Amino acid sequence: MSLTADRETAFAVTVRRIAEDVAAGAADAVDRESRFPQEAIEALREARALSAFVPVSHGGEGVGFKELTGACFDLGRACASAGMVFAMHQIQVGCITRHALGTPFFDDYVADLVARQRLIASATSEVGVGGDLRTSVAALTPDGAAVTFEKKGPTVSYGAHADDLLTTVRRSPDADGSDQVLVLTRGDEAALEQTSTWDSLGMRGTCSPGYAVTARVTPEHVLPVPFGEIAAETMVPFSHLLWAHVWLGIAAAAYDRARAFVRAQAGAPGTTPPSAARLSVLATELQAMRAELAGATAEYAGVIESGGSEDLYTVGYAIRINTLKISASERAPRICTAALAICGMAGYKNDTPFSVGRHLRDALSGALMIANERIHATNAGLLLVHKGD
Amino acid sequence: VIDDRIRSVIGDYAKLSGDLGALADDDDLYAAGMTSHASVNLMLALENEFDVEFPDRMLRRSVFESVASIRAALLELTAEAAA
Repeated sequence: MSLTADRETAFAVTVRRIAEDVAAGAADAVDRESRFPQEAIEALREARALSAFVPVSHGGEGVGFKELTGACFDLGRACASAGMVFAMHQIQVGCITRHALGTPFFDDYVADLVARQRLIASATSEVGVGGDLRTSVAALTPDGAAVTFEKKGPTVSYGAHADDLLTTVRRSPDADGSDQVLVLTRGDEAALEQTSTWDSLGMRGTCSPGYAVTARVTPEHVLPVPFGEIAAETMVPFSHLLWAHVWLGIAAAAYDRARAFVRAQAGAPGTTPPSAARLSVLATELQAMRAELAGATAEYAGVIESGGSEDLYTVGYAIRINTLKISASERAPRICTAALAICGMAGYKNDTPFSVGRHLRDALSGALMIANERIHATNAGLLLVHKGD
Repeated sequence: VIDDRIRSVIGDYAKLSGDLGALADDDDLYAAGMTSHASVNLMLALENEFDVEFPDRMLRRSVFESVASIRAALLELTAEAAA
């Protein structure tokens, strides 16, 4: 095997071990107490998994995108909150390593990220833009040699637990809402004032209340390319594919419990319990979801690993990645609901080996993270020009 | 003449932040403020104006990024139609 393949295999094995040995055992407590999955993130940090995607030339492991999706799946299967925190962190790492390396500031930052396994959160949503990633109200404002911004973020996942923060803002006070840049703030460079709470239906361990973010930094903290490029080439496809693998992990975990329930019901070999037929229906849904994600992952990994990006700027690609997000976020809770129907009361109760309530509640978040309604509206416009030929 | 019609459609739909008259043929419309949402409206408006349909292979940023690239695409489509 090549060195890269060795590193990728070691990464996959390590993350799976952390998922099974650390994250899974804490998942119920993380959910019940709505607390950050500290032990899982700490284990990932010790295993240097937070910098896994950083190129070898910059001290990271240089693992591929497909391996990141596998890690999100394994973690999501054990603890959806831990999986989602890991996924969101890797989205931020992807944005920085794919768009900012080569400037002295970001080269130094990435070296520090590798050395100290810094956890990065993001403040992309904003009060007053209706959930549109590509519109900002807050603006970067020159102040002497520095720049400042103030942003009202309605949901900043693990904001209180992250070391650093990436924030979208308009390029300048007179820039259009869509003329955005992405700004890194490290540690105390940004002040976060909590403005709301996070007592949520699911994904309770992501700890995602609102914050008012204020910062004053040097201009070199601004990623050197327009946010529109970062969004199209990295943030949107990374988000949809890594999130979807967390949801697939949740769905697989619910399936695991339904299968275990059916197996426990099975009598003498040669007969199957009535619920086994429903398990087969469930397996069909899960396999379709796996196949859909595998295809979309291979397409994106192929584009970025060939060094190209032009194919991501097509109407066809925008429709495909949007459709994938909608499909995966709707399918995961459907699979959890079907698993609940198989497990019955044992699934509905929170304290049996067949409980799937947490999985269903966690999976329901998918349709709201960049609301599917909004994505359908975007696709509706794109489909007017796209012929599907 | 084709350039005037292209520029007229751009003026109506690309929602540029600057002055259309100052725009050179090779200037990047996205850099001039056209959002991806506006670019889709531009595609539809060009299809209406020139009575063409852009095939999917042309529905990419590089085809709609400037007056010159739009003209090249339209000329290719009308040449195909005439052939």
